[in-house]
Amino acid sequence: MDKPLLRVTHLSKSYGPRIGCADVSFDLWPGEVLAVVGESGSGKTTMLNAVSTRLEPTSGTVSYRMRDGAWRDVFAMSEAERRFLMRTDWGFVHQNPADGLRMTVSAGANVGERLMAVGDRHYGNIRASAIDWLGRVEIAEDRIDDQPRAFSGGMRQRLQIARNLVTRPRLIFMDEPTGGLDVSVQARLLDLLRGLVSDMGLAAIVVTHDLAVARLLSHRMMVMKDGRVIEHGLTDRVLDDPRAPYTQLLVSSILQV
Amino acid sequence: MNAPTGSIASYNFAYLDEQTKRMIRRAILKAIAIPGYQVPFASREMPMPYGWGTGGVQVTAAIIGPDDVLKVIDQGADDTTNAVSIRAFFQKVANVAVTTRTDEATIIQTRHRIPEQPLRAGQTLVYQVPIPEPLRFLEPRETETRLMHALEEYGLMHVKLYEDIATHGRIATTYAYPVKVEGRYVMDPSPTPKFDNPKMHMSPALQLFGAGREKRIYALPPFTQVESLDFDDHPFTVQTFDKPCALCGAEGVYLDEVILDDCGGHMFVCSDTDHCESRQGDGYHGQQEETFR
Repeated sequence: MDKPLLRVTHLSKSYGPRIGCADVSFDLWPGEVLAVVGESGSGKTTMLNAVSTRLEPTSGTVSYRMRDGAWRDVFAMSEAERRFLMRTDWGFVHQNPADGLRMTVSAGANVGERLMAVGDRHYGNIRASAIDWLGRVEIAEDRIDDQPRAFSGGMRQRLQIARNLVTRPRLIFMDEPTGGLDVSVQARLLDLLRGLVSDMGLAAIVVTHDLAVARLLSHRMMVMKDGRVIEHGLTDRVLDDPRAPYTQLLVSSILQV
Repeated sequence: MNAPTGSIASYNFAYLDEQTKRMIRRAILKAIAIPGYQVPFASREMPMPYGWGTGGVQVTAAIIGPDDVLKVIDQGADDTTNAVSIRAFFQKVANVAVTTRTDEATIIQTRHRIPEQPLRAGQTLVYQVPIPEPLRFLEPRETETRLMHALEEYGLMHVKLYEDIATHGRIATTYAYPVKVEGRYVMDPSPTPKFDNPKMHMSPALQLFGAGREKRIYALPPFTQVESLDFDDHPFTVQTFDKPCALCGAEGVYLDEVILDDCGGHMFVCSDTDHCESRQGDGYHGQQEETFR
């Protein structure tokens, strides 16, 4: 815990004259969950995609501390290295599970894909890991040979999480992981995520427009508006004592029931 | 093909014009230089529908010379429509000698099978390939599959085999069984039965694969390592048959089921008709030969 895991400096992405995100800088520490909140179109997803190398940024750098302790600029890596990093040490949970899953292969193969990609060639071991991970995300073992098409939205999202965590990554990116789920399913998923993150010492960047998700999951929080970070601090501090006018507006817009 | 009888003056030797042959030969040379790599080429319209072997015909047309002896097989047989038509086509447009004997042929164009008789150095086997991309049904984007080949990301191929075992308890892929060439490229051996995969390994003959619709050529130069993908605990095996060929009594060959009547009567015979006939010529016969006649 003595050094950050990820360092983002002055990251900008523009689409022609339009700003996607501008001048974003932050450090992420091992085991830390950072929430990025803001309204639609505020540049949250663009920022997440640029940091996770799914988008080429216009300027700025992203450095990652590899398992051997060496800092690497992720955009200076070869494509092969970067893709290897993305499927071993990183994970990406999409808002729509269909984007992150292979919908036409079974749940077990979905979980096992990353293992096979890094060279596991023993069917029995792959299947045992798949069963283990389905159990951890509360999917019954007898659903292992079903395709995700036959799963509910919440199950698909949990399967996507299992698929990403099977190689024991150190950093996971999540784009609206609870979007489109009803509140009770959301609560279960959040509970599960909180457990996994703390058990595995996982660092995570969670993009969400739901402040309750940020409150439950994250240690720190970044508020974005018009592509820029307007407030950054500990989650409880930002939510209980918002400083920027926009953050105050955001916090006061939550419906109290 | 309505040229007046006895005159095919309007066609160049072997149908294709020389510039086209040159383009195809360049693709073939590149394919031989990088075994298992799919080389794009400017596939031409041929006087037959896609799926009938337009890729194989173009490869054959590009490599055939007046001294070559051509054999064409479809599912192992020399006497099926596709094989007869292609053989007649080259007789007409290239005036080459044709044969049904594997050992006499210098070029063998095939759809599905590799002849049972081992090929020798100097022979060329041309495959007609419908879908050259082994990753196609797992990853629909061509840009992505090319990147996967370039970066040697073949985990997905095992996902397919995993699915087979999960669904059927064993690897149920019986044809187009993916192979790894020289430890590098994963290749689709076209819809040959997996029974023939071991014959590709270290074959002394040159093997060329042409996919006309998909516009790809790939190759296995002689003595190339070809390894069928598998799992450590589910190793690759070929099909085995309970009975020998009903006509020639051959064992350890690939058999086709032939329906004899509408009362469930059937028999298994060699899929390679040349192999079966030459064995019968040598005096071998199978158990059902009498009942069949």
